[in-house]
Amino acid sequence: MIPEIGHFALILALSLAVCQGVLPLIGAYRNDAAMMSVARPAALGQLVFVMISFGCLTWSFLQSDFSVLYVANHSQLALPTIYKISAVWGAHEGSLLLWVLLLAGWTVAVSRYSSDLPDSFAARVIGVLGLLSCGFLLFTLLTSNPFERLIPAPMDGADLNPLLQDPGLAIHPPILYAGYVGFSVAFAFAIAAMLAGNLDQAWARWTRPWTTWAWLFLTIGIALGSWWAYYELGWGGWWFWDPVENASFMPWLAGTALIHSLAVTEKRGLFKSWTLLLAITAFSLSLLGTFLVRSGILISVHAFATDPGRGLFILGFLGVTIGGALTLYAWRAPGLDSDAGFRGFSRETFLLLNNVLLVIATALILAGTLAPLIVEVFEAGKISVGPPWFEIAFAIPMLPLVLLIGVGMHTAWRSQAFKPLFDQLKFPALFAIVAGILIPIVAYGRFGLLLSVGVTAGIWIMVVSLIHPVRSWRRAPGTPGMTRGVLGMSVAHFGVGMFVIGVTIVSAFTEEIDISVRQGESVSVAGYDFELRSLRNVEGPNYQAVEGEIDIRKDGEFVGQLRPQKRTYLVQQSPMTEAGIEASWNRDLFVALGDPLGNDAWSLRVQYKPMIRFIWMGAFVMALGGMIAASDRRYRLTAKAKEKATRLSGEPA
Amino acid sequence: MKPRQQRMLAVGLAGAGIVIAAALTLQAFKENMMFYVEISEVAQGNYPQDRNFRVGGLVVEGSVKRQPGELEVEFAVSDLENELVITYDGILPDLFREGQGIIAHGQMGDDGTFVADEVLAKHDENYMPPEVAETLAKHAAAKEAALKAEQAQP
Repeated sequence: MIPEIGHFALILALSLAVCQGVLPLIGAYRNDAAMMSVARPAALGQLVFVMISFGCLTWSFLQSDFSVLYVANHSQLALPTIYKISAVWGAHEGSLLLWVLLLAGWTVAVSRYSSDLPDSFAARVIGVLGLLSCGFLLFTLLTSNPFERLIPAPMDGADLNPLLQDPGLAIHPPILYAGYVGFSVAFAFAIAAMLAGNLDQAWARWTRPWTTWAWLFLTIGIALGSWWAYYELGWGGWWFWDPVENASFMPWLAGTALIHSLAVTEKRGLFKSWTLLLAITAFSLSLLGTFLVRSGILISVHAFATDPGRGLFILGFLGVTIGGALTLYAWRAPGLDSDAGFRGFSRETFLLLNNVLLVIATALILAGTLAPLIVEVFEAGKISVGPPWFEIAFAIPMLPLVLLIGVGMHTAWRSQAFKPLFDQLKFPALFAIVAGILIPIVAYGRFGLLLSVGVTAGIWIMVVSLIHPVRSWRRAPGTPGMTRGVLGMSVAHFGVGMFVIGVTIVSAFTEEIDISVRQGESVSVAGYDFELRSLRNVEGPNYQAVEGEIDIRKDGEFVGQLRPQKRTYLVQQSPMTEAGIEASWNRDLFVALGDPLGNDAWSLRVQYKPMIRFIWMGAFVMALGGMIAASDRRYRLTAKAKEKATRLSGEPA
Repeated sequence: MKPRQQRMLAVGLAGAGIVIAAALTLQAFKENMMFYVEISEVAQGNYPQDRNFRVGGLVVEGSVKRQPGELEVEFAVSDLENELVITYDGILPDLFREGQGIIAHGQMGDDGTFVADEVLAKHDENYMPPEVAETLAKHAAAKEAALKAEQAQP
C-alpha cells in the first residue's frame, strides 16, 4: 500500500509540474496575473507530493519491504538503519527521486525568496524550473520507477553495495546533487531573461547568490566524493579522472567560470551574452554528466544497448533542453550587448582570462572523456585515456590561472595603473618565490622546478588573499569595512592556494609500497616504521573481517596504531578493503590490508601522503568563501527596501 | 576598450590559448592513449611494441600461482580460445578471483608473458568489463561454429 501511495504521489507531482511549467509561462507572455500566480502554489504543492513519495520509499526501506524491487535489490534485514536510509539514493531509481526532490526544494526556495523580482520574471523562472521538473518526473515514472513490485517477495534483500556502506557516501550524493540541481536555477534565470528579452545588472544581482550556492554545494560534494574514494577504495588515491568524476568536475569548472563572469555582468553590465552561454553550459554539462553516467555509454558504445530506454530518454531530454536554450540564445543574445568599455589592464581583462582558461580546461576534460567513445564509433579500435593525460591537459590552463588570480583580485574595475599595483604586490610575490623554493628543500630535502612553481603559486595566492582582510582589520575605526563579497572572495581564493599546495606536495613527495609482511615484521616508509603486530578475526553486523593491528613508530617513538580490515560482506560474499589511516594536518599514513600470501605473510599497502588534507580543506575553505559571499548584504537590500516601502504605503491591492 | 576591440581581444586570446593547448595535449594524448588488444591478437604477435596496452579475459581456474610469502603473482587469462600468462607485482583488487573477468594494463615481457602494472576487477558481482564480454561472446560463437562443422563431417 505504502509504495502505491508513493507512486501515486509522484504522478500527482507530475501533474502539478505540468501546471507549474505551462501556465505561468503563458501568463507571463500574455501578462495575465491570474495565470502567473499559479507558479508559487504549484511549486509548493509539487514539493509536498515529491516529499510524500520520497518518504514512502524511505519507509519501505526502513520496513525492509522486499516486495518492492528496488528495496530488495539494495537493502537487507541486517543493514544498519542509517544505511537503510542512505540506500534510498544508493542506486539509479532512488537517486533520480532524490534529484526530483532537490529540484522541487530549490524551486520552492526560489519562489519563497523572489519577492523582490518582477512578477512576470519570477513566473518565468518558476515556469522553466517546472518544465525541467516535468522532464525528470517523466523520466522517473516511465523508465525508472522506484516503486515497482516484486511478487513473490524474497525472504531477504540483496544488500547495498558494501562500498556504499559508509557515512561519507551517505551524505555525498545529496550534497553533490544539490549542486547539480542548483545550476538549473541559474539556467532558469538565463532562460527567463532571454524570454523577457531584458537582461540588466539587476538580473545578474538576483542570479549571483543562487549560482554561488549551487557552486558551493557542488564543491563540497566533489570534495566529499574524493575523500570517500581515498579512504574507502583502498588505493590511497584522491582523484582518478574516472568518467564519473569528470562528469561532476566539468559542471564545476563551467560553474566557476560562470560565477566570475556574473561578477562582471553585475558590476559593469558587460559579458552579458557570454554569461548566459555559461549558465546554459554549466547546466547542460550537469545533464550531459547524468546522461554519460546513467546510460552506461561511457563504458562502451555497446553498453548503451543494455538500457536503451533510459539512454534515449536522457539523450532526447538533453537535445530538447540544450537545443531549445541555444536556439533562444541565438535569437535573443545579439540584442544584449553593452556599449561600456574597459582598458586592457583591468579587473575585466583578468576575469576574461579566468573564463578563457576555465573553458579551455573544461573543453579538454570533455575531449578526454569522450575520446574513447568517438574512437570506438569510428571503429578505430578501443582505447582508454589515462590519468597522466588528464593531469597534463589540466595543468596547462590551470598554471597560468593560479598565477593570475593573485593579480586579478587586486586590479581595479575599468582601468588599473600599473605602478601602484606593482608596489602593492612585489613583496608578496618575492615572499612567495623564496618560500616556494625554500619549503620543499627545508621540509622535504629536494628541489624541483615544477615543484617550486607549484608551491610558489599556492603561497602566492594565500598571501595576496590576506591583503584585503588585513587592510580592513588595520583600518581606522569608523571607516566602512570590507563587504562580505570581498571577504568571501578572499577566503575562497585562500582555499584555492591551500588546494594548490596540497596537490603539489602530495604528487611530489608521496611514498608508497606494496609489500609482503609476516606477523611481527615491520616495514619502513618515509622514516616511519610500520609493525604488523597481530591479525585477528572480527565480526560486524553484516560482515566478517580480518583485522590487522599495526603500530607506527618514528625514530623509536610511538606515533599511533592502525587497524585496517579486510571485510567480507555476507550476503553478496564480496570482499572489501577498509584502510587504516593515521591523519595529521601535514601528513597521512595509510595502510591497507591485501591478501594472505601463504607462509603467514600478508600483502600490505603502505603509503605516506604529505599535506593531503590541504586538498580537501582547500575545497571546504573555497565553499566557505562562497557562503560568505552569497550572504552579502546587497543581495538582501533590495528585498528589504521593497518590504519597507510596502509597509509604509500599506498593503497594495 | 571599445566593444569591438574587446571582442577581438577575447577571440584572439581564446584562439591562441586553444591552439597552444591543443598542440601540447595532442602530443600528450598520443603518448597516453592505451589500446585494448584481444588475447588472440596478442598470441599472433599483433600488439603495440614497447608501450602499454590493455588486455582482458577470464582468469583461468587453478592458474593463480605465487611463491609462498611473495607478493609477485602469476596467472593466466583466457578469451575461451587462447590464453595469456600475466605476471604482476602488487596487491590484486578485492574482486580478483578465478573465473572472474579482469582487465590488465602493461606491456609484453621478453619471455612472452604480459607484465602488468595495473590489474582491474570491477566492484560488482555480475559486472564483466564490456571489452571482455564482447571478446568472450565472439570467441564462444567461433568455437561453437567450429564444433558444428566438426559434427557435420564425421
